[in-house]
Amino acid sequence: MTAKRQVHLGAHFPGVNNTTVWSDPASASQIEFESFVQLAQAAERGYFDFFFLAEGLRLREQRGQIHDLDVVGRPDTFTVLAALASVTEHLGLIGTINATYNEPYDVARQFATLDVLSGGRAGWNVVTSPDPFTGENFRRGGYLPREQRYEHAAEFVDVARQLWSSWPADSLTADTSTGAYVSDSSVGEFEFTGKHHAVRGRFTVPQTPQVEPVLLQAGDSDDGRDFGAAYGDAIFTRGRPLPQAQEFYASIKDRLAPLGRSSDDVLILPGVTVVVGDSDDDAAEKAAYIRSQQVSGPTAIRLLELLWNRDLSAYDPDGPLPEIDPDTSENTIFQGQVKHYTDPLATAAEWRQYAEQKNLSIRELMIERASRQTFIGSAQTIAEQLDTWVQTRAADGFILVPHLTPGGLDDFIDQVVPELQNRGVFRTEYTGSTLRDHLDLPPAGHYRAEGLATR
Amino acid sequence: MTLQVELALNGLGWHPGAWRLAGPDAHRASDPRYWAEIAVAAESAGLDAIGFEDSIGAPSATTNTVIDRLDAVLLASFVAPKTSHIGLFPTIIANHHEPFHHAKAIATLDFISHGRAGVRVRVAPTAAAAEVFGRRTGVDIAKLPAAEREAALAALLDEAADHTEVLRRLWDSWEDGAEIRDVSTGRFIDRNKLHYIDFESRWFSIKGPSIVPRPPQGQPPVSVLSHQPVITAFAALSADLIYVTPDDRAELAELIAEIRELEAAVDRGLPPLRILADIAVSVDPNTDVASARLSELNKLAADPLDSDALVFAGNPTELTDLIEDWRSEGLAGVRLRPISNRHNITTITNQLAPQLRERGLLRDAYAETILRDRYGLARPRSRYTQPAEVV
Repeated sequence: MTAKRQVHLGAHFPGVNNTTVWSDPASASQIEFESFVQLAQAAERGYFDFFFLAEGLRLREQRGQIHDLDVVGRPDTFTVLAALASVTEHLGLIGTINATYNEPYDVARQFATLDVLSGGRAGWNVVTSPDPFTGENFRRGGYLPREQRYEHAAEFVDVARQLWSSWPADSLTADTSTGAYVSDSSVGEFEFTGKHHAVRGRFTVPQTPQVEPVLLQAGDSDDGRDFGAAYGDAIFTRGRPLPQAQEFYASIKDRLAPLGRSSDDVLILPGVTVVVGDSDDDAAEKAAYIRSQQVSGPTAIRLLELLWNRDLSAYDPDGPLPEIDPDTSENTIFQGQVKHYTDPLATAAEWRQYAEQKNLSIRELMIERASRQTFIGSAQTIAEQLDTWVQTRAADGFILVPHLTPGGLDDFIDQVVPELQNRGVFRTEYTGSTLRDHLDLPPAGHYRAEGLATR
Repeated sequence: MTLQVELALNGLGWHPGAWRLAGPDAHRASDPRYWAEIAVAAESAGLDAIGFEDSIGAPSATTNTVIDRLDAVLLASFVAPKTSHIGLFPTIIANHHEPFHHAKAIATLDFISHGRAGVRVRVAPTAAAAEVFGRRTGVDIAKLPAAEREAALAALLDEAADHTEVLRRLWDSWEDGAEIRDVSTGRFIDRNKLHYIDFESRWFSIKGPSIVPRPPQGQPPVSVLSHQPVITAFAALSADLIYVTPDDRAELAELIAEIRELEAAVDRGLPPLRILADIAVSVDPNTDVASARLSELNKLAADPLDSDALVFAGNPTELTDLIEDWRSEGLAGVRLRPISNRHNITTITNQLAPQLRERGLLRDAYAETILRDRYGLARPRSRYTQPAEVV
């Protein structure tokens, strides 16, 4: 009998959008180190593959002012992960690091250091954000045309890979009798000339346990998917209903064979929200309550503004939707956040009609239309769904995004993990020592992309 | 008055030959457990802080020196949860790097360590350092004719001063109490307590605010190592602590006078510099062994130790005498550079520290955990704090 496909799990630290409920009495600090320790150690207790930390390099603004309704403030990614390496033993440590407002030498060195400090548990979610808004915090400003961002990122990773392999295995000889600290003078040397980078020097970190960190990619555009298929070990994608999830899964996996990669070389990991209840009905009630916590009156107006592209501060969240249409010209309202609506006029019309029909206020509508949790049910129901998703190729695992810091995954860890273990689709102990081991990935360097970056 | 006693760590020791005598430690320059062991030992001995050396890239072509080095900020972050009192001064390089990244990293280290983060700022005086980034041309300061050296160094220091100013502004960009979690109005923060820093100079322009809330210390202490007046001038402008490298007490007195003059000449806006003397130490319970070891290391390395700081070789009592002698000039502390970790650190923790205590040069136990408190630095308010409204 073939063993079932295994479920991989990541624990995403609650971030700076309205998924995170900060107003709940059980919600703790978003910046004190203790919160990160607690979530990471809980995830490790639950045998999760990894802990995940997002990043943002400029505080979000709306209507020209710093957005204040959601969590604001977050730590530096590398620093927290290095400290978490100190208080965990097996858990993977994946962080988002921007490839536009960084230099390859720094990032390569920091990830190599993290991989050494953690004994081979480092992972990098490669993101691009060439918007000039974020660029105002950095030396080069908004220097990169948007359409070049993945070409630039591909070259960035190519440089980093050269650095990570600049110390051959066993080249740190440290022979005290002969005086040969390294096996020869080329150890650590690197040189790279490309369209976006011209660098040379000597790298200071010997070959690390994983050799390279695990690479994740999260962008949804075609360019993003191409980059992910060529460079990624895993794709961190958004949550979708099951049929669409299977479509997305296939769209990535189908890109692999033409590149010379095998299907299991790239994992598909949707970001999902989960509500565990004593029964399916109990969970549904909890889920509705959480959505009402996530969408306050002011938040409902803000969410509406993301579609309307207008200042709607004069509207009452407990009143009806605006009569006026969205402003379809260039986005003027929000900065530092991904735009989601492709046809604002049609969406607005549909929302208005629906709200009228059901007699819903702005807030009530947004609570209903705000992201419904991906999985809602008893522990058994959820375990069955997660199992089914993986067996039917909708996902290879899930990145769980809790709504409460830091205890938001406790119910899942205590109740759902045992169910997954009983089903034979989740580990009962850590058998490997590196993040690559946990994710069942081939060794680094197994495959090399060609043609994505421009020489 | 007691002194601050810091331990400056550089590879397997400050002597380029140290690895040759390191025995089983010779392989451990990038072993996280090696660094954790040293940090825990230094804290057990009650030392005030650890410095982590760093630089950009390794020298090319060499095969007989330690050339591997982990990122200093991340190393400090790794040892932070294993310690609870000792201060942590990772080195950052203020040319080529992004001040925004440095600011958030040190602020985060301050959170992780509960107020024990400092940062030592240095420049990158080589062409090779610039080539690692490939964004501009650098110059080998040491190889320039003497007449051009100071101007070239001054340019690097000018950028470093701006880099440090950006760090400080970003640390101030969140006032205390910006996080309000006001459920009634749905606001997580009071946005009036967050400020753009709008820094602009020839080197960069940085908008802000920081993505990290105000660090526990407000302003993590900034330290600078100086062996030239132009660097001291930079410290006078930008630093809280300065490490100097006198050869003897007389030179120390001159350096202190010079520091106070340079401080007076600039609009410092900070409390007076805390002055610490760097001493490279080959310290052993037996004086002859300490001297012999230094000679042996000089033979093993391609070149003898070329130190800006005094190289002391002797026993803990003699080192205590030296420190006590120098203390009377008005030092805030000393920063010890073990020339060979394997031989010197245990002597420092097990013999030197107790002797310093006996002579009243090192306080008995940690009195505080906040690093600024340890140096007698009050916690500053954010420069952007609005005056209270008059009702």
